[in-house]
Amino acid sequence: MNRTDHMAYLPDMEILMESTIMEQVLARREEYDYRRYVAEDIRVALSKDNRTLEDFGALLSPAAMPFLEEIALKAREETRKHFGNSIYMFTPLYLANYCENSCVYCGFNRCQKIRRAQLKAEEIEREMRSIADTGLEEILLLTGESRKMSDVHYIGEACTIARRFFKMVGLEVYPMNTQDYAYLRECGADYVTVFQETYDSNTYETLHPDGRKRVFPYRLNAQERALRGGMRGVGFGALLGLDDFKKDAFATGTHAWLLQRKYPQAEISFSCPRLRPVTNNGVIGGSLLHESELLQVILAYRLLMPFAGITVSTREHAHFRDNVTGIAATKISAGVSTGIGGHQECQEETGDDQFEIADTRSVSEVYSAMKERGLQPVMNDYVYV
Amino acid sequence: MLEGVKDSFILGGREFTSRFILGSGKYSLDLVRAAIEDAGAQMITLAVRRANTNASENILAQIPEGVTLLPNTSGARNAEEAVRIARLARELGCGDFVKVEVIRDSKYLLPDNSETIRATDILAKEGFVVMPYMYPDLNAARDLANAGAAAIMPLGAPIGSNKGLRTKDFIQILIDEIDLPIIVDAGIGRPSQACEAMEMGVAAIMVNTAIATARNIPAMASAFKKAIEAGRTAYLAGLGRVIEKGACASSPLTGFLND
Repeated sequence: MNRTDHMAYLPDMEILMESTIMEQVLARREEYDYRRYVAEDIRVALSKDNRTLEDFGALLSPAAMPFLEEIALKAREETRKHFGNSIYMFTPLYLANYCENSCVYCGFNRCQKIRRAQLKAEEIEREMRSIADTGLEEILLLTGESRKMSDVHYIGEACTIARRFFKMVGLEVYPMNTQDYAYLRECGADYVTVFQETYDSNTYETLHPDGRKRVFPYRLNAQERALRGGMRGVGFGALLGLDDFKKDAFATGTHAWLLQRKYPQAEISFSCPRLRPVTNNGVIGGSLLHESELLQVILAYRLLMPFAGITVSTREHAHFRDNVTGIAATKISAGVSTGIGGHQECQEETGDDQFEIADTRSVSEVYSAMKERGLQPVMNDYVYV
Repeated sequence: MLEGVKDSFILGGREFTSRFILGSGKYSLDLVRAAIEDAGAQMITLAVRRANTNASENILAQIPEGVTLLPNTSGARNAEEAVRIARLARELGCGDFVKVEVIRDSKYLLPDNSETIRATDILAKEGFVVMPYMYPDLNAARDLANAGAAAIMPLGAPIGSNKGLRTKDFIQILIDEIDLPIIVDAGIGRPSQACEAMEMGVAAIMVNTAIATARNIPAMASAFKKAIEAGRTAYLAGLGRVIEKGACASSPLTGFLND
C-alpha cells in the first residue's frame, strides 16, 4: 500500500508555527532511559513536595516497582489533599460510530464489519434524558472519527442539547482546528480529551495506515489548539501497550506537564487505557500490561501532577477501578454503553460497541460502591460561565 | 474569652461570635452537619459550582438554619466569571455574602490579586458582602478595601497544603495597616497554627483541608474551635514579649542617667 507521510499536515490542518511542545515531548521521550534509575531516585522523588519530570521518570521505572506500596500511600495523600474524598461521576455517550480511519487495534476501524449508526438530534435528546434521569450531571460525548458523517456542526448541536441536561460537557472526538474548538466551546463544551495512542511516531505510523488520524503532529497538538480555542480543560492518554508503555506514559505526562506550564490555567486530566484483547491483537506488536504496571503508571501521573483529574477506564474490572479510585483516580464512569443508542431502556442499540467493557455497573451501583468505600460521589463541581 | 468582655466582629451587618469559618469541600456530605456543630461555626463556605446540582445529596440541605452561607467563586479564572458565579449564588438562594476567588493557575491555585480587585469592585457595587481571597500584598489589600471589600482573606500557604503560616510577616502587615477584619484563609494545617494566627490578631480563621483530611472530622473541627478560642483569648490578654537571649538588664544603655 502506498502510505502518505504521517508527519505531514494536510492542507486544511492548522499548524501552530511557534509551538515547540511536540518537539520537546518527543525529545524527552527519546532521552528517557528507565533502566538508569536506582532505589535512591525513588526515595528522592517520594520525599518531594513538587516533583519534576526527572522524578516522574524515576517513578515509572522498574526501580520503582519494589516501592509500589509506598508510592501508593504518597499518591493517596496527594489525592486527598487536592480532592478530599470527592469522586466525580460521568458517563460517555457515543453519538456515532462512523469512522474514516483504520487503526488496527480499534473496534470502530472503518474496515470492521460492524453496524454503523449515528444518533439524530431527537435521539440524542432521548438518550440524554434517560442518562440525566440516573442523576448524572456530567457527560462525555464521543464520535467515531469521521468529519464527513459527524461534522463540527453536528457535534455542536449535540453540545447545545447536552447543555440543557448536564452541567459539564466533555468531548472525545477527532482533532480539529482552534476555531472549531472555539465554536464548540460556544456551544457548551468544557473540556477535550484526545488520545495520542502512542507517542512513538514510527509505531503510530504502522498502526494508523490511512485517514486523517494518520497525521501524527496534528493529533499531538490537538490539546494546545483546544486550549487556544478557550476550552477549560484538556485530557491526555496513551493506549498503553501499543508501544513501550513506560516511554508512552512518560511522554503523556511530559506532554501534559509542558502544556500546563505554558497554559497555567488549563485543567489537566489523564485517562489510563491499556490494550485489552480484541480480535485484531495479533497484528499489534505491543505487549499487554499487568495490573501492577498500570497502577504504577496511574500513581506516577498523580505524583507528577497532584491536581490533575484521573479517570480509570471501564475496560478495567470493578475491583481494580474501585481500589484505584480510593488511591489516585478522581473520576469514574458508570452506566456505560459503548454502542450507539444504548442508554434507553427497551431501546435496542442500532450500532455496535467500540470495545467490551469490564465494569457494567449502573450509576446507582457505582454510587453505592463509592459510598461504601468512604468516598463522596460528586455529580457536579463546575459552573459554565 | 476574657470575663466581662464581649468579643464579636461584624461582617455585612451581622454579628459573629465564632471566629471559625468552616469549609465544606473535600469530605462526605453526611459529616458536614456534625463538623459545623463541633466547630461551633456560624459561617460556612461552599463552592457554588458544587451546590449547583440537582443531585439528591445536596450540600445546601446539610447546613443548619442560622449558619451564614459564604458561597465562593471557585472555578472563576477572571473577574467576569467570578461576578457571574456570585450572581448565580444569589439566584440559588445563598444570600449576599460571597468569597471571591479568582484563580488562573491550576497547579498552585494561587489567587490573582488584580482580577480579584476588579471582581470585588463590581460585586460590592451590586450590594454583595465581598470577602476576597488574596495573596497577602499590602497594596492589593488597600485596593480591595477601597473597592468595597468587607474583609480581607489572605492565604497562609498554598491552598490545601496544610503548611501553616508561611506568609506570617505579610499577614502581620495587613493586620497592622488595614482597617478591615483580616481572615486567614488557606494553608492552615493544624490547630496550633490557627492558634498562632489568632494570637497575631487576625479576626477569624477559615479551615477546610486540614479538617477534611483528618481521620476523625468532627473531632478535628472541635480541636480547631478550641485552638482558635485560645489564640483569640491570648491576643486579647496581650502577649508578653519574647526575650531572645537570656535575661535582659532593665536599662543597659540609659542606666547611666541615674548614676
